[in-house]
Amino acid sequence: MPEAGALSEFAVELRDVSKVFGDIVAVDHVSMGIRHNEFFALLGPSGCGKTTSLRIIAGFERPTSGEVYIDNKPMGNTPPFQRNVNTVFQSYALFPHMTVEQNISFGLEMKGVSKAEIARRVGEVLELVRLPHMAKRYPRQMSGGQQQRVALARALVNRPKVLLLDEPLGALDAKLRKEMQIELKTLQREVGITFIFVTHDQEEALSMSDRIAVFSKGKVLQIGTPLEIYERPTSRFVADFIGETNFLTGRVTQVDGEFAQITTNGGATFRGRAMPGVRAGIEATLSVRPEKVQLVEQPDDSVNCYEVVVRSIAYVGSDTRVVVMLGENRIDVWEQNTISTLDPNYFFKPGERAWLTFKPENALVLAE
Amino acid sequence: MAKILRVLREQPGIRLAGLMAPGAFWLSVFFLVPLLIMAWISFLSRDPLGFPTPPLTLQNYWEIIRDIHFAPSISLADGLAIRLFEGLYLELFWRSIWLSLLSTVITLLIAFPVALFMARLPPRYRNLALFLVMIPFWTNFLVRTYALQFMLRSNGPINTLLRALGLEPIELLFTPTAVMLGLVYGNLPFMILPLYTSLEKFDWTMIEAAHDLGADTLRAFQRVMLPLISPGLLAGSILTFVPAIGAYITVELMGGGRTNMIGYAIAQQFSASVNWPFGSAMSLLMMIIVTFAAVLYFRSGRGEYRNAI
Repeated sequence: MPEAGALSEFAVELRDVSKVFGDIVAVDHVSMGIRHNEFFALLGPSGCGKTTSLRIIAGFERPTSGEVYIDNKPMGNTPPFQRNVNTVFQSYALFPHMTVEQNISFGLEMKGVSKAEIARRVGEVLELVRLPHMAKRYPRQMSGGQQQRVALARALVNRPKVLLLDEPLGALDAKLRKEMQIELKTLQREVGITFIFVTHDQEEALSMSDRIAVFSKGKVLQIGTPLEIYERPTSRFVADFIGETNFLTGRVTQVDGEFAQITTNGGATFRGRAMPGVRAGIEATLSVRPEKVQLVEQPDDSVNCYEVVVRSIAYVGSDTRVVVMLGENRIDVWEQNTISTLDPNYFFKPGERAWLTFKPENALVLAE
Repeated sequence: MAKILRVLREQPGIRLAGLMAPGAFWLSVFFLVPLLIMAWISFLSRDPLGFPTPPLTLQNYWEIIRDIHFAPSISLADGLAIRLFEGLYLELFWRSIWLSLLSTVITLLIAFPVALFMARLPPRYRNLALFLVMIPFWTNFLVRTYALQFMLRSNGPINTLLRALGLEPIELLFTPTAVMLGLVYGNLPFMILPLYTSLEKFDWTMIEAAHDLGADTLRAFQRVMLPLISPGLLAGSILTFVPAIGAYITVELMGGGRTNMIGYAIAQQFSASVNWPFGSAMSLLMMIIVTFAAVLYFRSGRGEYRNAI
């Protein structure tokens, strides 16, 4: 929802931004718009340019070319201390010689906010991050999770237009991480500030974000909602990076409307959704997620039905993970255990024959 | 043997005492005992040859204090100077402290950019830079001071250069400026090294965090960098101030005895003037004043700074 008076639908916009360090292109012609009050994730493997992009927005790095707009204003050479954004650093970067209170007050002091107002706002934000009794502590006297909250409080107390978070949960253990994910999301709704969040953890990005930008080698490959990114990846990289998937390479034999037909190198022909760039005759990849494939004992007359041999089977409680071979191609199948049974014969066994099947609308034919 | 090892393992107190013993022994024999002897001498009288002898007396201290008299004055001779007291020794003490402080500040101002530059070098060049800073230590300090003296002579390289440029030669040697130059030159590495150590450990993300929170460069420096590097700053300042106030060779060779400082005056008592008790009293008094001033100074530090130490 754009704020009243805001000229643009975007809180932050990158227009054709590049950053070159020596002969390394860290950020390669990136354009994206982050909407007001959005929880936006920059997702990608390490060294993909997501952190550099965040640092460009914060003003710690100047783009080699292109321009950053915050609240529709071009940032140019505006130094970080004059930008209406705040950062939660990966290492938290809390000032070790200051108490929690002094750390949080720092930004307000720099802006010349009155003592009484500072005290009030520091108290408020400490309540918000649920650390009201920690004001007099020093960062070294606190746990990682608590330090993380102080870092959040120190940024939020300034009421920035945009909060930038650089892998803020990276240093926490798995359990605390899950808790903080929920807390962070709730917090973002409460304060109504745009969050831009850097992470390499795809599950974290999927569960928390309104939209995700997937980075690879300095480029943004795809921007979309978690659903779009998972269900309609437009490239092989995104399909592979987000979640698990099976790839079968082959040649496109036919495109009709939304669907394409692909003949794999093993000779099997499948139908799937034709993604952008798919034309008849090109080399392409069929991508189908393991949970979207079924194994049946008898062939049916559906299009994507082929005989396979079961190679291994792993029962993991909520589902059963079966690996089958379609000729030379390995395909993973996750069958949800919707029936409660103690009968071991209910499951397939290694060496058994079976038929795999999936609906064309559940598979994608990717040009890249 | 095994029994001793077990005791050492199980009794942290005994272990600690064992580890501290060599250092404590060394300091006791070569520092504490001489200090006590000196304190003892400072309360003795002087025999006809100037060496300490009984009876015990407060005469040595009294002589320094008696010399200080109340004489309020305002002078405009060289800048505004308001004085309440006058006295030969008072001025000697005051000048020594003042010159040492000044030399410390000048040394700091020169050393800081150097240390900062070194700390920002790529790691593989840092050791080379450290090596370069330490090279002067390989030459005896006395020899280096003579070299400095040679540089400043009326027909030395500096004045030769000035003449060649058609400028008036300047009288440098045996001036307070020469003493200052000598002090700064001699103490520079002792300031650079601790400063470098602090700056090298400094986490520059702290500066980014300060900028991020709205602090400009100056305020990020004052509020974040300065407190965090203050251990190096203090160590360097102490390592510079203390040798400066006790300086002898520099005062003798660069100042030619014309710019008197307390270290030089004390040395005179043990050599030319042969008055060991009086020299001891001056030493002890100076030590008390400097220690007291240092404690006051550190106590007055702001909370942020004190915590960083």
